[in-house]
Amino acid sequence: MSVQIEHDKTAYEEVHPLNAIAGSKRPDPPNALASTMAFAHRALLRIKHVPEQMFDVTLFPIIFLLMFTYLFGGAIAGSTGEYLQFLLPGILVMTVSQITMYTGIDLNNDIRKGIFDRFRTLPIWLPSALVGALIVDVIRYSLASAIMIGLGLVLGFRPEGGVMGVLGAVLVILLFSFSFSWIWTAAGIIMRSEKSLMMVSFLVVFPLTFVSNVFVDPSTLPSWLQGFVNINPISILATAVRGLMHGNGTWEQIGWVVVVSAIFVVIFAPLTMYLYRRKE
Amino acid sequence: METRNWERQANGLAVEAAGLVKVYGKERAVDGVDLVIPRGTVYGFLGPNGAGKTTTIRMLATLIQPDSGSATIFGHDLKTESAAIKSRISLTGQYASIDEDLTGIENLVLISRLMGYTTKEAKLRAAELLSAFGLENAAKRQVKKYSGGMRRRIDIAASIVVTPDLLFLDEPTTGLDPRSRNQVWEIVRALVQAGTTVLLTTQNLEEADQLADRIAVINQGKIIAEGTSSELKASVGTGTLNVQLLDSADQAQATAILEHKLNVAVHVSTDRLTLSAPAKDSSIVAEALGELGKEKIAISDFALGRPSLDEVFLTLTGQSASDQPIEEENS
Repeated sequence: MSVQIEHDKTAYEEVHPLNAIAGSKRPDPPNALASTMAFAHRALLRIKHVPEQMFDVTLFPIIFLLMFTYLFGGAIAGSTGEYLQFLLPGILVMTVSQITMYTGIDLNNDIRKGIFDRFRTLPIWLPSALVGALIVDVIRYSLASAIMIGLGLVLGFRPEGGVMGVLGAVLVILLFSFSFSWIWTAAGIIMRSEKSLMMVSFLVVFPLTFVSNVFVDPSTLPSWLQGFVNINPISILATAVRGLMHGNGTWEQIGWVVVVSAIFVVIFAPLTMYLYRRKE
Repeated sequence: METRNWERQANGLAVEAAGLVKVYGKERAVDGVDLVIPRGTVYGFLGPNGAGKTTTIRMLATLIQPDSGSATIFGHDLKTESAAIKSRISLTGQYASIDEDLTGIENLVLISRLMGYTTKEAKLRAAELLSAFGLENAAKRQVKKYSGGMRRRIDIAASIVVTPDLLFLDEPTTGLDPRSRNQVWEIVRALVQAGTTVLLTTQNLEEADQLADRIAVINQGKIIAEGTSSELKASVGTGTLNVQLLDSADQAQATAILEHKLNVAVHVSTDRLTLSAPAKDSSIVAEALGELGKEKIAISDFALGRPSLDEVFLTLTGQSASDQPIEEENS
């Protein structure tokens, strides 16, 4: 019968629903790793089918780095070459934290489209739907980092920490971004639309990244603002990344990033899953 | 088929619910629903938009928690044993419950892996389902490029990757052309034949009539009638006699004859050509028609209809079941 369909694609396809009934074999529900990998595979397939979503990850870093280096370099540091040494680690942090809301946005869309209900009725470890997607986000962050660091090296960025220092810095960024993403998954369940989620994430991320030590040395700021900048998680991350890249990082700086990341996960991962289960 | 399915399920209940309530703000979306659904049957929820059909299904599928009341699915308590329930049920929502950016086969492989198949087994199972549902040629196309009927089929295919013991279908044929609708009906019948219990919601009276062993008519969160299609029709009591006159000048005389013979009030259409009246007994109807003939009243057409479910709905609620006209099935 399939031959007939091949020849006449305008005809309605025949259905033979009895052939679709599964045999008596009922597989055991998948373990957490298997379901997480299945969801990660889904996220990869989504990149394949909707490649536009990679613009942020590839073009943004290039535009940001060129724009800020040549716009502010002369004014802030006297020369663009010198400013780049200071700016690149910070702007890398800024760029990556601005793309942490992907999984939250996808989740928000899933909820409105109904596939969310299907996932929730499957006999699986529920967080795997999010963990799988967040693992693929880590690939996005790595790609953005690679592009930005590569371009930086061309423009004259010379990390004194060497290869190990740069890799260490990227690892710290990945840890932080994975943890930070859980805020957007929780928000993605609460927000009614993708637009409102984008707006909220913009309202949070924009001030956080600008009112930090990414662009300027905080000692030039009024003291009340310094107080905020110093406890801003983005500053904490930028400090550690700068230290690692330039070979003068401390375990204390890294320790603070781990603490901040742990706080994000401990609060927002359970909150996300609570909301995920209870969503009506 | 209807009776056979109904009688052979002596092996327990798929769903038993008592006093299910779900309140949203001031609105009681589901207001005390009791259900008894035997295994291996098709149970239809019939009602207009906003009647509480979807909310009831979502409660039974463990997606939302009832504010009060209790339910068991295959004997498992809805509140405390949702994991056991999840492994036996499957849900096809009102909106496509699949990833529209992915292709048909990618969706089915994903769901198969999430049901516990290995990647290799998942690919085999996905191919089997695509072929059974006539979707082989669309396997590598993104689902968002599918027609409405294909989308429905892939959605149901995803729900039966592992043939569920209980399948929830929320308005499975809304918006489909008659041919696609018949395909969905065939699929439902095949599943029931294989032992699956199906709980479907519909606004389409004919669909409930065609598929469901038992029907619950829902309005404003309450079940206002329950029974087999025949029982519901019988509860309204009578059929309707429609007589079409050739000449509206005969209307007064014809009405008088019918009212006298049938002993009921006769409804006259605005063009004064169609007379309709409840009719209990076909022999009396025959007499009344004979009387019209004797008086030389010319009739272009007459029909004695059993009450439709639409009339059942109208009688029970005082409002029509749906805003849109009910499509005729032409197959």
